[in-house]
Amino acid sequence: MIPELGHFALIVALALASAQAILSFAGAARNRHVLMSTARPIAVGHFLFVAGAFAALAWSFVHNDFSVANVAANSNSQLPVHYRFAATWGSHEGSILLWTLMLAAWTFAVAAFSRHLPERVVARVLGVMGLVSVGFLLFMLLTSNPFERLLPAADEGRDLNPLLQDPGMVIHPPMLYMGYVGFSVAFAFALAALLEGRLDAAWARWSRPWTTAAWCFLTIGIALGSGWAYYELGWGGWWFWDPVENASFMPWLAGTALIHSLAVTEKRGAFRSWTVLLAIIAFSLSLVGTFLVRSGVLTSVHAFATDPKRGVFILLFLVLVIGGSLALFAWRAPKVGLGAGFAPVSRESLLLANNVLLAVALSAVLLGTLYPLFLDALNLGKISVGPPYFDAVFYPLMAPAIFLMALGPIASWKHARLPDLWVRLRWALWISLGAALLLPLALGRWSALVASGLWLALWVIVATLLMVAHRLRTAPQATWPARLRAQSLAWYGMTVAHLGVAIFILGVTLVKGYETERDLRMVPGDHVQVGGYDFTFRGTHEVPGPNYAAVRGEFEVRRAGSPEVLMVLEPEKRQYRATGMSMTEAAIDSGISRDLYVSLGEPVEGAAWGVRVYHKPFVDWIWGGCFVMAIGGFLALSDRRYRSRRAAAAASAGAQGARA
Amino acid sequence: MNARWLKYGIPLVLFAALAAFLAVGLTRDPREVPSPFIGRAAPAFSLERLHEPGQSFSPEQMKGKVWLLNVWASWCVSCRVEHPLLVEMSKRNDVPIVGLDYKDERGAGLQWLTKMGNPYFASAFDVEGKVGIDYGVYGVPETFVIDKQGVIRYKQIGPITPEALEKKILPLIRKLSA
Repeated sequence: MIPELGHFALIVALALASAQAILSFAGAARNRHVLMSTARPIAVGHFLFVAGAFAALAWSFVHNDFSVANVAANSNSQLPVHYRFAATWGSHEGSILLWTLMLAAWTFAVAAFSRHLPERVVARVLGVMGLVSVGFLLFMLLTSNPFERLLPAADEGRDLNPLLQDPGMVIHPPMLYMGYVGFSVAFAFALAALLEGRLDAAWARWSRPWTTAAWCFLTIGIALGSGWAYYELGWGGWWFWDPVENASFMPWLAGTALIHSLAVTEKRGAFRSWTVLLAIIAFSLSLVGTFLVRSGVLTSVHAFATDPKRGVFILLFLVLVIGGSLALFAWRAPKVGLGAGFAPVSRESLLLANNVLLAVALSAVLLGTLYPLFLDALNLGKISVGPPYFDAVFYPLMAPAIFLMALGPIASWKHARLPDLWVRLRWALWISLGAALLLPLALGRWSALVASGLWLALWVIVATLLMVAHRLRTAPQATWPARLRAQSLAWYGMTVAHLGVAIFILGVTLVKGYETERDLRMVPGDHVQVGGYDFTFRGTHEVPGPNYAAVRGEFEVRRAGSPEVLMVLEPEKRQYRATGMSMTEAAIDSGISRDLYVSLGEPVEGAAWGVRVYHKPFVDWIWGGCFVMAIGGFLALSDRRYRSRRAAAAASAGAQGARA
Repeated sequence: MNARWLKYGIPLVLFAALAAFLAVGLTRDPREVPSPFIGRAAPAFSLERLHEPGQSFSPEQMKGKVWLLNVWASWCVSCRVEHPLLVEMSKRNDVPIVGLDYKDERGAGLQWLTKMGNPYFASAFDVEGKVGIDYGVYGVPETFVIDKQGVIRYKQIGPITPEALEKKILPLIRKLSA
């Protein structure tokens, strides 16, 4: 009964989403208040029904209803209840439902927090989001119904993919999808602006907090996914340039460019058509990502649910949504114009350079991801493009972007003077250069790669701190607390996010430069020294789990040369009963300056095991940096001016004046 | 004016090209990774038979016949999906099918065959999964088509679908048997 209610709720949601799209567009086109005023209540209803459908599926999973095909295929009565709940989005059907739920939730949020916007803009934005939702609901109902019954019911479920039975997996997909789908808001605003033929500072200001929010969630989602790969795949890597990782990284690059170009459009009215294009691209890449993951055109560890029929549907949907919006762009953008001009050296030009670099990096990742597909389509054979390509292309593009990142906040709008920049930043340059050259010596081994990575990170940190000091020193307020209070949250957010990038680079550089990895065969009693620690293998014993049997190894860790046991690390090798899959559960001792990582490979003979022992200095800074970036984003979007109607009106008038 | 329109239309054109590639990509099967085993001699092994402990099975015994090696296990749910097809094939006497019971318990495997029907000409029992490693098995079920000379000619990853059976496996068997 409950699954049928869920199915029915999806059908009602489809009707509501269609109504939301049709009535809003009709109302906006004819300027009819009555029609446009239906957008908000329908959007709320749409959200409630999708949420109802999601709840019905979650209920079926939690209550082990194996008469639902999806539950039988992706859950098991032995599975702990929190994973049964998370299994709701562990399957293809469930993850599309989660996607749709997120879209409905963002639509609901737009309906709730758009009181200060003109009615026509709201109607068009909700209309576009309704259209996208129609696509996803149709996709589910026609090709991927999560509520399909299995008759006769299975006695037992096939169990959730053991890779997904992990706390990180419980929150990683919702965060990632919040980000992916969040770009639909910026996309809807962009289309609304094109339809309206009006693209001004007010439009940029309305889009900005939504874009930033989506970007924050996406940042966290990607970081969680990377952290999960680090401890769950059992060999200590944190980024593999896998097609599915790239699918999440491309919208992030586009979103990062969009955030910066929106800033220019809001403050200076420049980059208008470029900003609109980026908004379309960011969301289009989210859709393309879904296509790549769900259609099976690319192989990847993630693409376990594939079906060509679904691929055809998503491709048609892509052509309609992306092709349609790009056609609208080609038609309307020439009317929108480019906006105000600026000098070759100015904050605008720096942000433009940032945008160009991000866009080129994005194209490089897109090319690398799709290259195997292109070759296959041209009958040139099946190949895969790996990290060597991405590393070779990506780092040289990102390095100048990071270098400019420190300059951007310091340069003035419209026209900046190079000598001024030099005077203000020469100390940052000398300090960071000196430290970057000397620090690797102190850390034990000098290499150009480490020195250049450290230099970039330190350059950003020192220049950002100098920028903060300068800004506070020259603020008009009398006291320091007053000066601190006078700065906007948006500015604090930007500063924190930039420092997050530097923290991330420090982590990447130090772990690449100084990690130690040992893959060896150990029998009980053996010990090995890695990164100044001594690991003694004490043997293995069997431990039962709820839906698996595990072999647990025991490793005593001491500082090299000291008899005192610091800790005991217990990695596991699990054999999941229902699927017969075996999984590696690494044991990790995390610390600010290093991770100690032990994982069990395969039993060799007798009591001997293949063992991986890693020492990873500063590896947690990688994810720490991402979270700091996200915190910066959240700070920025809590800025007062996005909330008050008066500030919005004032800024709008200001921007008009600036352009005149 | 026309030049401007052209400029703003570039993203659309690029996307159209991308969509065309994606459309072609859809018609390809990325899982059709050229398996290194295809065209090579089936790795030799000798395993206990499932039904007759103490007796052994090895691919040598199939020399001169076209046969299928079907890797299955009682714990594998997808195997239930393909099993009726195998039973049907054995009734039609299409081709001898050898089952490789992979990382299973003997009792569970035997019970499963009693319940679901036994389509196998012979069943080998690979309790440690070592033969599976030799054959590059990375998921159950998998099925190999092996020719009269003992060379692997085709590999089906995942359950045999009616479509794959009709379009690929049966035509290949006919060709090889001729």
